[in-house]
Amino acid sequence: MHSFGYRANALLTFAVTLLALICAMSSLSDNLNSPSPSSHVKVLNINWFQKSTQGNDEVSMTMNISANLQSLFTWNTKQVFVFLAAEYETPKNSLNQVSLWDGIIPSKEHAKFWIHTTNKYRFTDQGSNLQGKEFNLTLHWHVMPKTGKMFADKIVMSGFSLPVEYR
Amino acid sequence: MDWQGQKLSEQLMQILLLAFAVVAFATGYVLGSFQTMLLIYAAGVVITTLITVPNWPFFNRNPLKWLDPSEAEKHPKPQISSNSSSKKKTSKK
Repeated sequence: MHSFGYRANALLTFAVTLLALICAMSSLSDNLNSPSPSSHVKVLNINWFQKSTQGNDEVSMTMNISANLQSLFTWNTKQVFVFLAAEYETPKNSLNQVSLWDGIIPSKEHAKFWIHTTNKYRFTDQGSNLQGKEFNLTLHWHVMPKTGKMFADKIVMSGFSLPVEYR
Repeated sequence: MDWQGQKLSEQLMQILLLAFAVVAFATGYVLGSFQTMLLIYAAGVVITTLITVPNWPFFNRNPLKWLDPSEAEKHPKPQISSNSSSKKKTSKK
């Protein structure tokens, strides 16, 4: 500590160490938050349902997605990424996941939302298994913090089914 | 900066930074604002830098008392002895 340079160096090192420490504590403080998110999806209409020229089943549908994810936001949350996936079982694969819609929630004020939309991404099966298929719609989310650990969770909504006939 | 001053500046630096870190984290957590936490801490680092890095007069309150050069002349260096084992020790000093 005898010269200007040594003192500046020691201060900077200690300051950055403490900064890392308070960032780690911010990340740990996220564990104190116990979120209680809710969501509801209603399939309003199957717009069309057909077999493509490659032989894969493809569906277009209109949905009403509403969710309240405000409790996911803490002081250390930068944004939340949400996506809605159709999940179903086929003889070949025990779990098929098809992303239908996604979005980025930038702040707590936008975390209680309601959207009326057709599927943003194609709902296509790898094959021809969708006729009369029961499927779940699952809302997945990834909480992106300002510092530290990312959290991910989901809400499974079951009881959806596709028509037996192409239309 | 004298010896006492160096010790004082190091302790001041550590205590101030730790205090600012605690205050910044507590304020940020209570207000729920990450930005506030970073701003308070950044301000704390700047203040601590200004207090402990420059060579302020209050770090020089205990100057070392050097002996007068004439005092050293009265006590000349010990003569190098002919003993080989003690030769290394004396030649080092």
